[in-house]
Order: sequence, then structure tokens, then C-alpha cells
Amino acid sequence: MTAPLDVPGSATEPAPEAVLAGADRKAIQGRSLGQIAWMRLKRDKVAMAGAVVIVVLIIVAVFAPLIVNLFGHPPLEFHREKIDQSTLVPKEPFGGISWDFLFGVEPQWGRDIFSRVVYGARISLLIAFLATLLSTVIGTTLGVIAGYFGGFVDTLISRAMDVFLAFPLLVFAIALAGVVPDQAFGLSGDTLRVALLVFIIGFFSWPYIGRIVRGQTLSLREREFVDAAKSLGARSPYIIFRELLPNLVAPILIYATLLIPTNILFEAALSFLGVGVRPPTPTWGGMLAEAARYYTVPHFALFPGLAIFITVLAFNLFGDGLRDALDPRGR
Amino acid sequence: MVTYIIRRLIGAVIMLLIVSMATFAIFFLVPQIAGATPEGMASRYVGRTASAETAKLAAERLGFNDPLIVQYGRFVKGVVAGAEYDYGPGVEKCPAPCLGYSFITRQPVFPDLMNRLPVTFSLAIGAAVIWLLAGVGIGVLSALRRGSFFDRAAMTVALAGVSLPIFFTGLVSLLVFAYGNPFSWAAQGGHYTTFLDSPVQWAYNLILPWVTLAFLFAATYARLTRAGMLETMNEDYIRTARAKGLGERKVIVKHGLRGALTPIITVFGLDFGLLIGGAVLTESAYSLPGLGKYAVDAITNQDLPKVMGVTLLAAVFVVIANLIVDLLYAVVDPRVRLA
Repeated sequence: MTAPLDVPGSATEPAPEAVLAGADRKAIQGRSLGQIAWMRLKRDKVAMAGAVVIVVLIIVAVFAPLIVNLFGHPPLEFHREKIDQSTLVPKEPFGGISWDFLFGVEPQWGRDIFSRVVYGARISLLIAFLATLLSTVIGTTLGVIAGYFGGFVDTLISRAMDVFLAFPLLVFAIALAGVVPDQAFGLSGDTLRVALLVFIIGFFSWPYIGRIVRGQTLSLREREFVDAAKSLGARSPYIIFRELLPNLVAPILIYATLLIPTNILFEAALSFLGVGVRPPTPTWGGMLAEAARYYTVPHFALFPGLAIFITVLAFNLFGDGLRDALDPRGR
Repeated sequence: MVTYIIRRLIGAVIMLLIVSMATFAIFFLVPQIAGATPEGMASRYVGRTASAETAKLAAERLGFNDPLIVQYGRFVKGVVAGAEYDYGPGVEKCPAPCLGYSFITRQPVFPDLMNRLPVTFSLAIGAAVIWLLAGVGIGVLSALRRGSFFDRAAMTVALAGVSLPIFFTGLVSLLVFAYGNPFSWAAQGGHYTTFLDSPVQWAYNLILPWVTLAFLFAATYARLTRAGMLETMNEDYIRTARAKGLGERKVIVKHGLRGALTPIITVFGLDFGLLIGGAVLTESAYSLPGLGKYAVDAITNQDLPKVMGVTLLAAVFVVIANLIVDLLYAVVDPRVRLA
């Protein structure tokens, strides 16, 4: 993670003197910031490993029905014949792990753990992505407004961010997830729960992005190119969208990526506490909550737990790498 | 200094007001926006078995038909001056500070909260000691030996630490150290002995939750301390301190660490305040009868006033923690109180 960040492409390209002498004209081509960042990122093996895991996870989530069709059983299908009816634990050793049931079977009902973990990825990633999108939109909007206009507006928004960051989030979130009835806003079932969780998580995590964006906007506002645009008669909307936002893309991208793992953990926590997406729909947190009741079957906790761990770790590694690539001063 | 303290106190009061509004909004406004009728809301308080008649009467008496501002006023008054609920079956008294009245158990929530508080506090204080020592220590060592094997190993473990949900590590720790295998030595979940009854038993029951919780936070603090130390150790005043012949230990602790510590104090105040308000996940994972578990159990039973009590109390702790941090800041850093 602390790989030295030297100038990209040092070994394969000709020496600077040779370039200056015109030995290789192609090498003089300018590179955009994005290209430079991409070159740095490509050489960061840890970050790329994270990226590969993320891509695999997204594929798994999107093609969950197909994968379960090939390697498992429907996630809601009971296999009671696999369960010892007196103790409610799987009959076979190692929790019934076999070619037929790759991760074994659940105690009591005998549902396929592999399928449930695969389907759990859908809920987890869907909620985390949407919630991150929501908080990024809110955070960027309010952050830019606070940083650009300053004064009273800035004080108000900054205070609001402080208040949000100081709230006992989890307690508020379980309260909020608990008070909403089973049918609301014209939605019901899983759709309602997903929408609710996206809203709660997104609504409570926007200040993380908001703070960064506000800080960056504050310093960008004083730069020469903004003065130049102003003196050419540009209005605020033009300056915000054409001058400031393009310069904010990098920090927003970095912190949005780093917010995803936090949100995955948040969703898993709410599901673990029983206020997330309701059973029987499989969620990783929900599976862990059930596993807590069957400590004689350790594998039941192991697979959803590892799923959360690997997913969150992959996003953290990729996010860290992205930050190093886009903003080398941060190290 | 006095004006500074007064300003902070006013800030804390405003914060408490906002918190009360947010709590009110969650428990009374959101359900209405979500489409719950006054009768529906009242039936949550008088129990699901109540007839439609009773619910309607209760809605009337509990004032769910009143304008929102009146309801909010009554809510605040209840918290400050106590409340009486006349919802049909009889008048129920809830003395101040009334943070909620459970119509299921027919008990005010506040005494319950006070019973649960020591558990959560014990959990938080023990974990905090471990994570501060471990996190800051590892962070400092990592920064000083940047790029070494120790640094990379510690930072890898720290990254793994922040990526592990505590309800998973908690479960695993119980499986490995507490449940029936020859090597298990720790207490199983669900036990709590007060410190005054038996300090040894108290620590024995809490050691697993402490370590698990501390692991999570230590990871964050190690990353934070490392970043802070890397920054301060490059400052000019460190070079000055070395140049004037100070011992390396003194340079690191008195000059380097002191500069890196201020952001950590801020984060610590917030984290600790949040934890006392209910270490929801840890308490659930280990079945510890603290505030967080209380809230979760209440949500499962749809006993909303209990959750409201925990929410309010948790917010109060956060506000107090913030206030203490602000005041500490003024003591540590003279620029703050003069500004």
C-alpha cells in the first residue's frame, strides 16, 4: 500500500535527454490527469486485486439466478431431509458441505447457504451503491453550495453536517427502520425495505462527502481560473458546473468509493439487528443473526461473515489505491 | 475563557433541541408521513390486541389528532416536567425526566435506562482503554518505522480490522474462546456482574467484548495516529527540537505525539459518547444487557417508547461528550479559547 509513487513509466521509456533530442517523438505526447492516475492505479497490485474482486462480486450479484441454477438450489427451498429433526443441525459432518451444497446447509430448514450468500450479495451491493449515490448527490450539492457561497449559508450547512456527524446514527437508524409500517409510500415488501434502507443510510452518511467537497470548494474558489472566469463575466452556475465540478471529480470519486464499504457494513448491521430487509429474503447480516443461535454449526456464520469481510476489504483496498493514484500528496 | 464556555453551553442546548426535534420526527412524524393513521399509531401504544374502539379512544386521549406543534410541545414538556397518560384503561404517571413510557410493560422507561447504563458504560470504558493504548501505540510505531515490515503488517491488520463487522468477530470470538471446546476460557455471552459485586468476575465476563470492540476501534485509531504522526514528524519544530539536542524519546512523545493527538481527542470524544449511548452491535453479539440491547429488544417487540428513551439518552451523551471535548480543546490549545 505504501508503494513509492514515482513518475509513471520509467523503465520502458527512453531517457529524458533522448526525448528532448527528439529520439522518440511519440513519448512527448501530453497525458491527461486521468491517464496518469490510471497508470499509477494499474501498477498498484493490491488495488487492482481489490478491483478484480469487486468486478467478480458485481457479476455474481447480477447473475445470481444463473449461478444458483448451475451450482446450487433456490435460496428459499427447504431441504429438511438434510437436517436432524431432534437437534435441528445438519446430519452430515461439516454442516453438510458437499458438491451438491457448496457451503453446506442451514440448520433447521436446510436451505442452501451458497445460494443465500450469492443472493445476499444482491441486496448488499444494491443498497450500498444506491445509498452511496444518494449521499454523494446530497453531499456534493450542499458541499459546493456551502463552499462557494460561504457566509450564512455555509454556517448553516456546516452546522448541519456537524449535527449529523454527532448523532447516534445506529440507534436513530434502527428507530427509523422500526417505526415505518410494512406498507408505506405505495411500496411494500422488499422494495419498501430496500428503499427505506437506501434513504436512511444515504441520508445519514452525506456529511462525509459534504465536508470534503466543501473544503475543496473553499480552496478552489480562490484560484486564478475562477477569477479569470468571473472577470470574463461568467455567472455562478457556469463557474460551479464548468470550473469547480470538474476539479471536484477526483475527491468525490475517492470518497464515494471509500463510503461504499462503510455503507455495506451499515446495511449488514441493520439486517443483523432485524430492521433491514426482512427474512426470508437472504441478507448477509440476517444470516449472521440466525447463525448466532446455532453456535454448534460454525460454518453457518463463516460464509456470510467472510462474504462481508471480503467485499468490504476489496472496496477499502481499491478506494485506498484510487486515492493514492488520484491524489499522491495524500500519502 | 468564560465567553467561550458560555458559547459552547449555548451550542449544547441548541444541539439538544435539534435532537429532541429529530427524535420527535422519527417517532411521531415519520410514521404519519409513511401513512399511519392516528388510530394505527395509538394501537402501537395500547397493544395490537386492543379493539378499534380502544385505539380510537387512545388516539384521542394521547393527542395524535392534534396539530404537530402541539404534539411536539407536549413531547418536550413530558421530557422536562414529566407526563401523565390517560389513554383509556387508566391514568399512568411518568415522572420527569420522562424519556418515554412503555404501554406494554406499563413502566416508565427512564429507571430501566439507568439500570442498563452501567453495563454499557463498563463495556465502553474497558474497550476504550485497550483501543487507545493499542491503537495509538501501534500508530506511533508504524509511523516511526514507515515502510518497515512492522508498519506494513500492522497496517494490513488494521485494514482488515476496519473491514470486519463486529457482529461477525464477536460470533467468531465466542465460537473459538467461549463455547464448548477444550481451549475455551472466556465467559459465554449474556453474563454481566457489577463491578462492585466482584471486580474479577466483572472483568472476566467483559474481556471478550472488550477485546473485540477494541480491535475494531484500535484499527481506526492506528491508521489515524499513523497519518497524524507522519505529518507532524515532518514539521519544522521537530527538527528544531532535535537540533537543540532533545532525546529522541522526548522529541517523539512531547513534540510529535502531542501534535498528532488533537484530532484523536476529537474522534475519541465522539466515539466514546456514541458508545455510551448504546454499543448496539457489540451488546447484541454478546447478549449483554446494556442500552443498545435494550433498544434492539424493544424494536423487536415494537415497544417504541423504549427505543425513544434510548435514542434521547444516547443523543444527550453525544452532546455531553462533544462539550467535554470542546472544553478540553480550550485547555490544550490556547488558540481555541482566544478565537
